[in-house]
Amino acid sequence: MQRHQYDVVIVGAGGAGMRAALESSKRTRTAVLTKLYPTRSHTGAAQGGMCAALANVEEDNWEWHTFDTVKGGDFLVDQDAAEVMCREAVDAVLDLEKMGLPFNRTAEGKIDQRFFGGHTRNHGEAVVRRSCFAADRTGHMILQTLYQQCIKQNVEFFNEFYVLDLLMVAGKATGVVAYELATGELHIFSAKSIVFASGGFGKVFRTTSNAHTLTGDGMGIVWRKGLPLEDMEFFQFHPTGLAGLGVLLSEAARGEGGILRNKDNERFMERYAPTVKDLAPRDMVARAMANEVREGRGCGPDGAYVMLDLTHLEPAHIDAKLPDITEFARTYLGVEPYTEQIPVFPTAHYAMGGIPTNIRGEALANNDDVIPGLYAAGEVACVSVHGANRLGTNSLLDINVFGRRAGIAAAEYAETAEFEELPERPEEFVVELVEGLRNATGSERVAAIRADLQATMDLNAQVYRTEGSLKQALVDIEALKSRFANVAVQDKGKRFNTDLLEAVELGFLIDLAEVLVVSALERKESRGGHFREDYDKRDDVNFMRHTMAYREVDAEGNVNIRLDYKPVVQTRYKPMERKY
Amino acid sequence: MDVKVKILRYNPEVTEDAEWVTYAVTLQPTDRVLDALHKIKWEQDGTLTFRRSCAHGVCGSDAMRINGRNRLACKTLIKDLNPDREITVEPIKGLPVLKDLVVDMEPFFDAYRSVMPFLVTDGHEPSRERIQSQADRERFDDTTKCILCAACTTSCPVFWSDGQYFGPQAIVGAHRFIFDSRDEGTEQRLEILNDKEGVWRCRTTFNCTDACPRGIEVTKAIQEVKRALIFRRV
Ligand SMILES: Cc1cc2nc3c(=O)[nH]c(=O)nc-3n(C[C@H](O)[C@H](O)[C@H](O)COP(=O)(O)OP(=O)(O)OC[C@H]3O[C@@H](n4cnc5c(N)ncnc54)[C@H](O)[C@@H]3O)c2cc1C
Ligand code: SF4
Ligand code: FES
Repeated sequence: MQRHQYDVVIVGAGGAGMRAALESSKRTRTAVLTKLYPTRSHTGAAQGGMCAALANVEEDNWEWHTFDTVKGGDFLVDQDAAEVMCREAVDAVLDLEKMGLPFNRTAEGKIDQRFFGGHTRNHGEAVVRRSCFAADRTGHMILQTLYQQCIKQNVEFFNEFYVLDLLMVAGKATGVVAYELATGELHIFSAKSIVFASGGFGKVFRTTSNAHTLTGDGMGIVWRKGLPLEDMEFFQFHPTGLAGLGVLLSEAARGEGGILRNKDNERFMERYAPTVKDLAPRDMVARAMANEVREGRGCGPDGAYVMLDLTHLEPAHIDAKLPDITEFARTYLGVEPYTEQIPVFPTAHYAMGGIPTNIRGEALANNDDVIPGLYAAGEVACVSVHGANRLGTNSLLDINVFGRRAGIAAAEYAETAEFEELPERPEEFVVELVEGLRNATGSERVAAIRADLQATMDLNAQVYRTEGSLKQALVDIEALKSRFANVAVQDKGKRFNTDLLEAVELGFLIDLAEVLVVSALERKESRGGHFREDYDKRDDVNFMRHTMAYREVDAEGNVNIRLDYKPVVQTRYKPMERKY
Repeated sequence: MDVKVKILRYNPEVTEDAEWVTYAVTLQPTDRVLDALHKIKWEQDGTLTFRRSCAHGVCGSDAMRINGRNRLACKTLIKDLNPDREITVEPIKGLPVLKDLVVDMEPFFDAYRSVMPFLVTDGHEPSRERIQSQADRERFDDTTKCILCAACTTSCPVFWSDGQYFGPQAIVGAHRFIFDSRDEGTEQRLEILNDKEGVWRCRTTFNCTDACPRGIEVTKAIQEVKRALIFRRV
């Protein structure tokens, strides 16, 4: 076992983690711990763009962007946070350009901008070109650019280190315990500030655009500490995943003119969102697609998907603006997008919920109190700027704005704080977790349990939910928990034991699936990404509030989930019906 | 369909020698080699070890030698491999193997980091964005696509035989900035590439271009850097 001491420890090297590291390492001694090599992080998969009201191609301002964010989030957005994000968006984009990000350019050589779902001019009048982009690999360019800056600034990385526990003393965050993949050795990091930037948990679903490694470790770790998770029932299903695979085709495809069609070749979005049609917010489009399929207007032999039509676009335009996603269609489905429509179906995409934070990135212990020394940013966090449904391009924005803010806040706190004494045996929990799994002799396999978890989540907690389906999911999760207690890994070694770590990750997924379902069951309304067929209207009287879930252990050692609520911060915008 | 996958296994915790092990798996023709590896790991032998994350060719984790050619396992479909024959999978060559298909990536990333792969500018920062024409932006588009997967570098015979040569990827990484009209670090970068272990070691065998899963014209990029060195301008 090795011990280290840093002023700031950042967990995760995606966009949020590296943006935080660039700030914090300028000010204090910083370590970045990441289970993947930084450039493997899933930020690199982001395609479409990052919105900011630069007004490079048409009139725009950040207040309109704020309004769209609040409305898109079905008014569950904390409006103070959305204002901060949309105001700082302009500098966030310009900062990236100065770091070298190769944005697409206008004819005058300025950063080019394009349409994206839910982004409008003057409070919904018409769609507006607000998304800054680099072809359909904006996330790739952001990840590369931030990593390049980290090289320039000599940021210290611990690559392929899995953080598995957070150390707390008297309510303060004081360090983390990490498992080194190459050797199986444990490392104790003592720190004054810890920033979680460990990404989402899309792998609770089977059909997902998320990487295999997006298993919600950061949320799972703080959850096991008894700290709250906010709005976990809100998960975004992106309309256009490649049918059967879940691989994402960016909304940019529709931003550039792509059209969704059913088996009668009808442009069905005209019926669901007459003004913005195919560019309505994701939750609406995803539900419309699922509804077309349910009502028998789906395509393919089983009528299981709808079609994305790009055939009316010029091939040269497709090549210039959508090269990667059209290649995905060719590689994985053998479809030629110049001449053929592409089979698509909603795919689990983005966690709106997560570790509650304030606008400085400080993590919250309850509705009001911050946890000294603990920060979170990016998909792992819930500020909440996305509310019940995130607008496209607002996550790349979120990771840059709040990654930066969390990095600054963590470093500033570290400059004034002292290192705390660590607990007696800080590694104890992780030793038990890891050795327990390594030495287990049960008969269950990790992959089988994970597949069953994902199947029940896809079936019961996806685009359409009911009390019955959610209760079924809970029953299934309960059964999977007992099976997980009887799991065994085959690899008993120390070196690159990915078998063992998949088991650890599955543990996090099961915990988070349960929080999601319990939160969804209690939200007896439909709002944004959470749609209850048995309560199909938004209910502002009873549910205009954030869910706060806590893990509690009673005297007999039973674990229970307690739900509490937190008011939504409203500044300028009063809730109205979300019509497009 | 039933497919046989022959994998070069190595785990120094167990034995010093690498050995070929063949697995039988049932797959769809449209499955990826990564799906085959997962099926083996998840259903037959949990000790099989490889890196992967995104599963659709954008993160660069899973470059390996498949039927003797460097490719991404997640971008290689079974039907494109002549699945009637055994499919062979082994680690990429020229980097130390740590376990099964996992190699030590540090020398590769060291080479990348050595070419100053970041924008270098001096003078005042403009308050808005730097202006760049569409043509200037297009000039280096190809090399911005690199996902640092190492397929190119580990297919290069010079890299295999010469422990010092920093390999094609590092030149791609440098090219991306040398031909960026906003960059002012070209002189320094060209000096690094002009080293005796630098670009001049390239023998133009085109293996790298063939290997690149992003379709980057690696050899062309190297040629452009050589030309820039000869004429000292880009
Ligand atoms: C296919 C796709 C396309 C998208 N397109 C867009 C888009 O166009 N616009 C937009 O705004 N958003 C988009 N998004 C969403 C956006 O990309 C993500 O939400 C965002 O990039 C998340 O960034 P992050 O830094 O929070 O996490 P990630 O980039 O996922 O990084 C997580 C980091 O945490 C590390 N980590 C995780 N667990 C541990 C652990 N236990 N120990 C140590 N390290 C750990 C990982 O190694 C990784 O470095 C897209 C998402 C997907 C999946
Ligand atoms: S140039 Fe191509 S093959 Fe080489 S590392 Fe980059 S993406 Fe991989
Ligand atoms: S798993 Fe990401 S490139 Fe293959």
